[in-house]
Amino acid sequence: MDILTLFVIVPLVTVFVLVFAKNLKQVRIISLVGMAIQFAMSINLIFAYLKERAVNKDIMVFTQDYTWFKSFNIHYAIGVDAISVVMIALTAIVVLAGVFISWKVDDLPKEFFITLIILSAGVFGFFISLDLFTLFVFYEIAVIPMYLLIGIWGSGPKEFSAMKLTLMLMAASALLSVGIFGIYFNSNADGGALTFNILEIAQVNIPVAAQNLFFPFVFIGFAVIGALFPFHTWSPSGHASAPTAVSMLHAGVLMKLGGYGVFRIAMYLLPQGALNWTDFFLVLATIGVIYGAFGAIMQKDLKYINAYASVSHLSLVLFSLLMLNKTAWSGAIIQSLSHGLLTALFFALIGMVYGRTHTRDIAKLGGIMKTLPFIGAVYVITGLAYLGLPGFSGFVAEMNVFVGAFEHADLFRRILTIIVVSSIVVTAVYILRMVGKIMMGPLVNEEHATLPKATWYEKTGLVLLMIPVVIIGTMPYGLSEMIKESIAPFLERLL
Amino acid sequence: MNWNSLLLMRFELGLLFIVLAILIFEIFASKKQKGSIIPFALILFTIHTIVGFLPLEDGSLFGGMFRTNPLLYYFKNVLNVGVLIVLLQSADWLKEKVVQQNKATEFILLLLASLLGMYYMISAGDFLMFYLGLELATLPVAALVAYETSKRESAEAGVKYILSSALASGTALFGISFLYATTGSLYFDAIATTLTASNLSVLGFILFFSGLAFKISLAPFHFWTADVYEGAPINVASYLSVISKGAAVVILVILLFTVLKPLLPFWSKIIYIVAIATMTIGNLFALRQQNMKRFLAFSSVAQAGFILLGMLSVDGLGLATVLFFVTVYIFSNLGAFGVVQAISAVSGKENIDDYEGLYRTNPKLSLLMMLALFSLAGIPPLAGFFGKFFLYAAAASKGYYVLVFIAVVNATISLYYYLLVIRAMFLRKNQDAIPHFNSNFYMKLGLVLSAIGILVAGLYSPLYEYVFTISTNFLN
Repeated sequence: MDILTLFVIVPLVTVFVLVFAKNLKQVRIISLVGMAIQFAMSINLIFAYLKERAVNKDIMVFTQDYTWFKSFNIHYAIGVDAISVVMIALTAIVVLAGVFISWKVDDLPKEFFITLIILSAGVFGFFISLDLFTLFVFYEIAVIPMYLLIGIWGSGPKEFSAMKLTLMLMAASALLSVGIFGIYFNSNADGGALTFNILEIAQVNIPVAAQNLFFPFVFIGFAVIGALFPFHTWSPSGHASAPTAVSMLHAGVLMKLGGYGVFRIAMYLLPQGALNWTDFFLVLATIGVIYGAFGAIMQKDLKYINAYASVSHLSLVLFSLLMLNKTAWSGAIIQSLSHGLLTALFFALIGMVYGRTHTRDIAKLGGIMKTLPFIGAVYVITGLAYLGLPGFSGFVAEMNVFVGAFEHADLFRRILTIIVVSSIVVTAVYILRMVGKIMMGPLVNEEHATLPKATWYEKTGLVLLMIPVVIIGTMPYGLSEMIKESIAPFLERLL
Repeated sequence: MNWNSLLLMRFELGLLFIVLAILIFEIFASKKQKGSIIPFALILFTIHTIVGFLPLEDGSLFGGMFRTNPLLYYFKNVLNVGVLIVLLQSADWLKEKVVQQNKATEFILLLLASLLGMYYMISAGDFLMFYLGLELATLPVAALVAYETSKRESAEAGVKYILSSALASGTALFGISFLYATTGSLYFDAIATTLTASNLSVLGFILFFSGLAFKISLAPFHFWTADVYEGAPINVASYLSVISKGAAVVILVILLFTVLKPLLPFWSKIIYIVAIATMTIGNLFALRQQNMKRFLAFSSVAQAGFILLGMLSVDGLGLATVLFFVTVYIFSNLGAFGVVQAISAVSGKENIDDYEGLYRTNPKLSLLMMLALFSLAGIPPLAGFFGKFFLYAAAASKGYYVLVFIAVVNATISLYYYLLVIRAMFLRKNQDAIPHFNSNFYMKLGLVLSAIGILVAGLYSPLYEYVFTISTNFLN
């Protein structure tokens, strides 16, 4: 078994074993062991990748190719570059932390972990795929379990939120499928055979008319899950209703499929289309950044604040992808990672606070730093990292994004960049206000004077997410070097 | 005439033998033995199904009226498996309700007779044989629809079915006579070479197509579907929605790609419009249904619209995708109908609301229902996803991107109503959920077979590749 396919096999084996689990304890242990193996494999993958990269200069390494449907030229083709490797590592961390955070799930726990792990298998499969068809299959496998996860284990208007999220994302994937057909049936433009293989299509000059036609399909198809304005509306309600681990996984990882797909599929395979459509989507992304930030200011519910903040930060990812230069692109990737970790931390913390106080309303919370010192401290650190304090991953990401964006001298991009930069201030406002109010302010509710302390599994989950935030923040050089090499083929294709 | 050549009719002769064997059993069986007709028929039919997979030669009989080739065997095998599942799922109902009334034998006989008609219909080499097969396939079903004589709805559905079915057959026959008038022949091969687009031949095509459209329940000929499905016994509804529809789709696509190919510029427009209308109307009506049978009826109308996408690619790809989709559709729909049947047999409940909280009492049935509905909605990695994706690919290969776009939008709408059932079963909690129950062996076997089909038919690529090969060979 090759090193990448294992990333799909291990979750599936875990699910298979889970089916036979007899009690809650077994369910927890099996899920934990499975996802811990997955985590160890992802760490191993980073080192194996660096080692392989030193000797192998191909765009993708660890490639494998098995024919699946011969007549359609569909293959099970896999391979990774630095971008997918770091995304896989992010996913493994967030899923493992999610298992810790979900330790207390007691309603249908077996089904919960099975669904969660199936979802993660879809995400892992997505990041290793080099074939549009398998990539699409894994994408849908990652989306559909959300319906059950939110609908069964969620809170609030969960049925509505689950339905809205599923339908919007599946409608997006419907658009995506049209785009994929457009790419596939034009992949013989240079006289070769029709193919779904991303690397092969990247060698083909698809007619410009077709690129212009299908770029928006593919772009919007992916960008909906990346919270592109005005298709972001599923995200706040979905996150607010989802159980903690699902919010973590969804905002932390699943929404990253959007940016990744936009970059790897839409922009890489349809470069002319990308160049022609950038201005339009740049405006949408800019609106998303600002809209999300102001949306977050207006919210009173902790989860909604974080959900809107995610809209803002992920629009920033799309924004910097559309800036079309090296620095902005590596900024986008680091921002994806950083946001994935930080937003997962936030949702985990909100879940912990909510589990103890039974409210997510800012007005009803205050001064819980004293009663929950560990959670409070991590909350403050997360908040500061989120608004871009140097020393944490958020700073590195935003630095790259804005430096890259300012490289463009034309007036249009300048103005948009200035607008987007101003969102930093807005971010600081809502983060500081929220953290200050609920952690530092006066005790609002007497009952919150004594709350159960953080348990070992909660602490483990938080620490697990915090470590990479600090690593990226203090030692960004290794990461950006690693990413830069993999950005080169994109530069060649687009510019 | 060489007697060996009759082996080409192995499917038909085998089935005829079973029908006769059951008849003889009925004559000689004592009253006490009447119940054992069910295992007897099932064993015979299982053997028949297995024998069907043995290799067979190509050829034609009776001067070209009857023909066989790998594509037709393949589809007859698919029909066999489908009917086997229907029979397995009916066994319980037959034993509980029908054997006492001494009517179990007739039920099986009528069902198999109708299947025999379908064999002849798809194997036809000329319009005469085709029409005979069509009628033989339809008339027994009308009796089956009205089988629950104690229920008023069943009788009403029977009358509705026989009337509209007779009208449809008449229309098709009228169309055939026009085609005969323009070409001077009833043989498919002869018509294919001499047919040209003229007013008369186009009119003949429209009439003929309308007749078949009724069988497939394409809009605007779908009105009978929901009423008949609702009134008919569930297993008959499932037979109508998969076997009867599947056979009609396959003969339609074969005729369009071979005999009626000269009219391609004309019929592609009709298929285009009918596809959009059928998908959209089926979906919009399915949105508001409460009764599971009506719900599945409209869902099957919508599915028929998707099938038409494959017909727009007039080559091996189009034929293969249609055939493949029908195969996976049979498994998916039989899975869904099987669960409805199992629940209805125990509790008599058929409404979506009644399914609330079902997962917590009957997890396995709920899971199978979820698999079946997700497969119908086209969610990977289930078979339905591959079926739909390939149909879209067939349409997109000829540049029908707008149609594909409309289809994917419709697929999203359809996901909504499939999720409504899943919502009831999984999301809702209910104090008076249908209590836990165990189905009997036959039902379980029927459900397991459809589950295997749903899980494997798509992922196991050699199946599609085989269909693609026989389709390409068929058209050459």
